[in-house]
Amino acid sequence: MKVAIIGAGPAGLYLAILLRKAGHEVSVLERNAPDATFGWGVVFSEETLGALRDADPATHLEITDSFARWSSVDIRYQGKLLRSRGHSFSAIARKHLLSILQRRAAELGADLRFGVEVDELPEADLVVAADGANSRVRTRDFRASVKPQGCKYVWFGTDLVLDSFTFSFKETEFGLFQAHAYPFDENTSTWIVECAEPVWRRAGLDTMSETESIAFCEKLFADDLGGHRLMSNRSLWLDFPLVRCASWHRGNVVLLGDAAHTAHFSIGSGTKLAMEDAIALATALARHSDLGAALTEYELDRQPMVERFQQAAGESAAYFGRTATYTGFEPVQFAFNLLTRSGRVSHTNLAQRDPDLIRVLDAWFAAGTSMVPGAVAPAPLFAPLRLGSTTLTNRLVAEDAGDPVRAAQAGAGLVMTGPVAVSPEGRICPDTPLTAEVSVDDVHQAGALVGLRLTHAGARGATRPPADGLDIPLPPTQAWPLLAASSVSFGPFAQTPKAMDAGDLAAARQAFADAATTAADAGVDVLELDLADGHLLAGFLSPLTNRRDDEWGGEHRWAYPLSVLDAVREVWPRLLSVRLTVTDWVPKGLGLPEGIRLAKAVREHGADLVHVRAGQSVAEARPEFRRGYLTTLSDQVRNQAGVPTLVGGYLTTPDEVNTIVAAGRADLCVLTPQPSPIEAVVLS
Amino acid sequence: MKVGIGLPNTVPGCDGATLVEWARRADGGPFSTLAVLDRVRYDSVEPFAALSAAAAVTSRIGLATMIAIGPLRGAAMLAKQAVSVDALSGGRFTLGLAVGARLDDYDAAGVDHRTRGAALSTQLAYLRGEFDSAGIGPVVPFGAKGIGLLVGGTSGAALARMARYGDGYAHGGGPPRAFGSAATKALAAWRDLGRPGAPALWGQGYIALGDAERGRDYLRDYYAFTGPFAEKIAAGALTSVREVKDFVRGYADEGCDELILFPTVADLDDLDRLAEALS
Repeated sequence: MKVAIIGAGPAGLYLAILLRKAGHEVSVLERNAPDATFGWGVVFSEETLGALRDADPATHLEITDSFARWSSVDIRYQGKLLRSRGHSFSAIARKHLLSILQRRAAELGADLRFGVEVDELPEADLVVAADGANSRVRTRDFRASVKPQGCKYVWFGTDLVLDSFTFSFKETEFGLFQAHAYPFDENTSTWIVECAEPVWRRAGLDTMSETESIAFCEKLFADDLGGHRLMSNRSLWLDFPLVRCASWHRGNVVLLGDAAHTAHFSIGSGTKLAMEDAIALATALARHSDLGAALTEYELDRQPMVERFQQAAGESAAYFGRTATYTGFEPVQFAFNLLTRSGRVSHTNLAQRDPDLIRVLDAWFAAGTSMVPGAVAPAPLFAPLRLGSTTLTNRLVAEDAGDPVRAAQAGAGLVMTGPVAVSPEGRICPDTPLTAEVSVDDVHQAGALVGLRLTHAGARGATRPPADGLDIPLPPTQAWPLLAASSVSFGPFAQTPKAMDAGDLAAARQAFADAATTAADAGVDVLELDLADGHLLAGFLSPLTNRRDDEWGGEHRWAYPLSVLDAVREVWPRLLSVRLTVTDWVPKGLGLPEGIRLAKAVREHGADLVHVRAGQSVAEARPEFRRGYLTTLSDQVRNQAGVPTLVGGYLTTPDEVNTIVAAGRADLCVLTPQPSPIEAVVLS
Repeated sequence: MKVGIGLPNTVPGCDGATLVEWARRADGGPFSTLAVLDRVRYDSVEPFAALSAAAAVTSRIGLATMIAIGPLRGAAMLAKQAVSVDALSGGRFTLGLAVGARLDDYDAAGVDHRTRGAALSTQLAYLRGEFDSAGIGPVVPFGAKGIGLLVGGTSGAALARMARYGDGYAHGGGPPRAFGSAATKALAAWRDLGRPGAPALWGQGYIALGDAERGRDYLRDYYAFTGPFAEKIAAGALTSVREVKDFVRGYADEGCDELILFPTVADLDDLDRLAEALS
């Protein structure tokens, strides 16, 4: 087969090598000169090296001979250095990698042509576009989405030879800067500087020349660089382009590497993914004589992998966009949060890589800085949490768990019961209780605290019980009149609620306070006030459901729920949680920035804890469900509003809880373990 | 995990006699359910009509739409068709609904596709509530106590709709790993809305056991409207007994409750081959 490869980066050259070995006729067309290259070192993991060894032992040997290898990650933060061990990475000068691949491709008989602009697609049986993130072939022939992702960044080299992957964080008058740095040969390291766009602008970097910007960064990281200099190689400040492309082939044209997809540099996977693409494409071409079938198989093979890396890279990019919100963390927690940022590394993974770090983290998490050297502690989820005068024995919360005593026996430190409606018209369904139906003493005896959620269903009332579906209105003969902030019905065929008048508002506020008093008398430990899920009080918060023009609407949307919170706080003596919708997940609805301000207001009005919720403000929203889908919201609320948080969001394993609480993304988690056949064996 | 089989109602040229014989053999085979697809602008038999024919010649097997494109039909007529199939089959019917992927079906039916998500929600709300007092018989409730309701779709809005009104989730097909990822989202949505228990998780795949190339050609044609995805769907067809067994095992491992394997040729031998592979 005659193959034309456009672009002589690592993906294109590696594919040329593999296809020459398979006996195809290969030409590589590159617009730049053979020795022109941008960027410094590129990173590989052990897993990628294995794939390279299997695909072409000759280049694998040459590549690994010139590798810089390291096993530690240094985190320089607040004048301290924290080193995490057990990570296994290697890097190579991009320029050197290209020269190895160029030589090998040429040896194998590939026709390498440099300085060639490709305006028309060449005549060939297969045309491979390996022309990078700004691929002209993709722009011309494919539908892709290209969006800037993460912060501003610039890619320097330095003659400081590091012995680890290094993250350095610098707080300045303009905001936080960070460096991502790693060695790649015996003389040089990559030194990427990154900061949020407003910080970049405040520092004047948008108007600085290349020389000025180098000088600025050298000064900023002077203590890390220890007199070494930063070197430029057309090092300009950039936005990282996130490329997503639904389909990677069309006719006889196929996209490879960055041309098809990118993954934010902060997880160091771009070159790895590109070279793995080349291997997958060569394998598919070897397996199928039909070109279409081969290209389809290549895509089917690579797309799930690329999606996983893009998901992780997105989390990582977002983390670096908000690192400034973590600068109050103790170094060990800061480090753990950083190392687990992408979701690909958990508490358990790190415990295997770096047992020392995790031992110290767990000990610090249990005892704070009063821990003694050599201390050993249980995993973070078993650390007690003191909030006000209440101490929870661990970080696990059970919710909707059926029998509260069983839930306590299953390990939860706090068993949430309810919802209990504060008045008959506030019931969700006919059997929504009006008072707590839990034996507080029995749950205490089983070792847990008892929580109770107080609700008023508002527009979501008078429905069938949740076992029979949600928001399905009762027949008129069984329904009761509903109240809400405004006359906005919740879903199709739902009753239109009456907009509350002054009397209704006073009565509902009093009902909440009375219910709180009753709960206090019953010995409930934690009260949760429902300002979420489109129920009565949440209905005031969202502009989608609060259309009032009086003192409880418009810019005063928060006022009524906060007045209820005040009334409850006045009579409720113990731990008070507010279940709070922090985003409606609807355009023009309440968004996260307001949700964070709201969480701060709720804290100022006496809430000890915010139970982070999202969506369900109206029936048709755009939620994003997956494992841990509320974690990032909780993280931002906790660390930007400065309030302890409880979060659910489909967490099913203790490892997820350990990771979330130890990284400071929440203080408590709702865990919902899945039934296991192993349990059935144990119990049989 | 139960395994069901599709009726070839959307395979062009499948005549009534073949369809009915297919249903009869499926009823005598190791299949839990006989399911149909829905497409307007294609050489195919309307799903409720196909299931009515199947109901007449079967006595045991479950019948299901996997899925029917809800918004193409008015809510009352959709309900009427569903209760009719349920009555004809003696209560063996499960209604799977989604918005579908073909906009030209909406144009053909004269229905606005821009509001299809909200339209499906309204339909589901109708089936679960208003229908009970609408005077449409035979009277049988929609939901777990009557005609089971599955809802399909991949967006968060679709999953919320499923968790709000449905009894289960109808996945659109793909390798077991893709099903597993969608199933996790469905379970998360179910929990988010505070539904007790778990949704029934239904998956689907395509078989082409006798003539793989003819089967793939059909899939390329049926999914031509998806552009480049047609090739991927065609490549995913199960063309050997081993592939079927791996696929079935993969789906079971991912927590699937009921897997429907659809034919790509209206060839009764393929049904027999599948029956043999499963027994």
